[in-house]
Amino acid sequence: MTDNRELYQQVILEHNRKPRNFGKIETYTHRAHGDNPLCGDAYDVYLSINTDGLIEEINFDGHGCAISKASASMMTASLKGKTVEEAEGLFEEFHQLIMKKMDPNKDTHKLGKLTVFSGIWQYPARVKCATLSWHTMKGALNHTSEITTEV
Amino acid sequence: MLTMETNISKIRQDFPALKRLVRGRDLVYLDNAATTLKPQSVIDAITHYYTDLSSNVHRGVHFLSEESTARFEEAREKVSQFISARQSAEIVFTRGTTDAINLVSQSYGKTFIKSGDEILITEMEHHSNIVSWQILCKEKGCVLKVAPITDEGELVMDEFEKLIGPKTKMIALVYVSNVLGTINPVKDIIRLAHERNIPVLIDGAQAVGQFPVDVVDLDCDFFAFSAHKMFGPTGVGVLYAKAEYLNLMPPIQGGGDMILSVSFDKTTYNTIPYKFEAGTPNIAGVIGLGAAVEYINQLGFESIVQHEKDISAYLTQSLGEVEGLKIIGRAKNKVPIASFVLDHVHPHDIGTIIDEEGVAVRTGHHCAQPLMSRYGLPATARASFSLYNTKEEVDILIKAIEKVKAVFK
Repeated sequence: MTDNRELYQQVILEHNRKPRNFGKIETYTHRAHGDNPLCGDAYDVYLSINTDGLIEEINFDGHGCAISKASASMMTASLKGKTVEEAEGLFEEFHQLIMKKMDPNKDTHKLGKLTVFSGIWQYPARVKCATLSWHTMKGALNHTSEITTEV
Repeated sequence: MLTMETNISKIRQDFPALKRLVRGRDLVYLDNAATTLKPQSVIDAITHYYTDLSSNVHRGVHFLSEESTARFEEAREKVSQFISARQSAEIVFTRGTTDAINLVSQSYGKTFIKSGDEILITEMEHHSNIVSWQILCKEKGCVLKVAPITDEGELVMDEFEKLIGPKTKMIALVYVSNVLGTINPVKDIIRLAHERNIPVLIDGAQAVGQFPVDVVDLDCDFFAFSAHKMFGPTGVGVLYAKAEYLNLMPPIQGGGDMILSVSFDKTTYNTIPYKFEAGTPNIAGVIGLGAAVEYINQLGFESIVQHEKDISAYLTQSLGEVEGLKIIGRAKNKVPIASFVLDHVHPHDIGTIIDEEGVAVRTGHHCAQPLMSRYGLPATARASFSLYNTKEEVDILIKAIEKVKAVFK
């Protein structure tokens, strides 16, 4: 049986305590708001993308549980300086990881530290916590301003 | 009568789910406000119906149908006596509390509440007693008024009284808050309303099974509750309404069982309560509800109420000693439901971490988002106790909360 220390690892607790790229930015090119109406988690994701398609700035703002906040923080840290194409690739890989469709130890990927979320499929109620900010980011790239986990 | 403390281990034997291990540990089930566990007698009653009766009610002349009908109507009689209704015709079986409230808003509301009329509810309502009235307001142009509560989670009675005006055509409120545990002074409110000829609907989902409910003594006009929060099955509930109201109300669903005669020119509706029970009902569910009533009667409310008072006091005291923990809902008169928040920890993280200790609590907004907004909270964790819970389980909860604090220290 799993222990939730696997879920609440130090890196997650640390990002929850001190989220990176946290707070609204004044100038941005893309923005979306994401809601998990079931638990009240709500985040805004802001991106500033230059004409070459490079993510120069990515910030998030809002509130939620440790899992959602750490996931948002780690997402922004991973995507800063990446191209839109790379961001979309990471979105897909992260999704595969969360849904246990990828073995991060065997399959090739560019997830880096994001593999800390690999055990979350064991907590079905918490999967949406980890993916909320990612879906919000994807929405912002697609110019969809309101994202919800409930369709 | 059984005394609760000496017999609690015997009572726990009645609930097979309590024998389950969760993540290798004994289940500590503290989510009773969401749904209670079911005693073996309720499970057996449902199994008996599907095994031995398994026939439709009210239409067959054959042996099994007559037997099913007898068990079904016996359950109605048991429920009627359980809440001290004047007659069992005042007991309408529904899918649950939500369905019962919607029956009132769609039938009574649509017929007797007009544009500009007001419906008075409170800040501590469950979504079922908000949205059903909002739908009516949208359809009819009536207005929803909301009575405020204090920080402790009690109704502000002066304000409540001020909100009752000449346009108030319905007062609908919760007997016991599913979030705060507050027991509202519904009898006083019903008296105030009746002085002005306003009918009152009580959402009794969290009340029935916790303490005796006497609808005649309360003098409520409508009373809604669910079987599954009082040790019965899901998918079945009750609308009690005074016969004078039920007789005035039109059916909102047409079909079998709710008619006396049908022709293409004219249909004559059945008498109450059947005119509100279109289609084959949840027969097994109703029979299971009857068994749940019997189970509660057999334990007796005297010991149930005493046990819940003891647990409630111990729970409040124990949670109060946890540093950084705040209880949401500190009404003087409450049931053993404790919503709480912890400094720097989101309720969902509390729920996941204490689940690892086998402790089941609810986290989230508890279908009461306006109440969460009232307290400026996105969510709370909620531990809700029932007659099979022990003080030892309060201790296990507290230890589990300390583990949460250790993870987030």
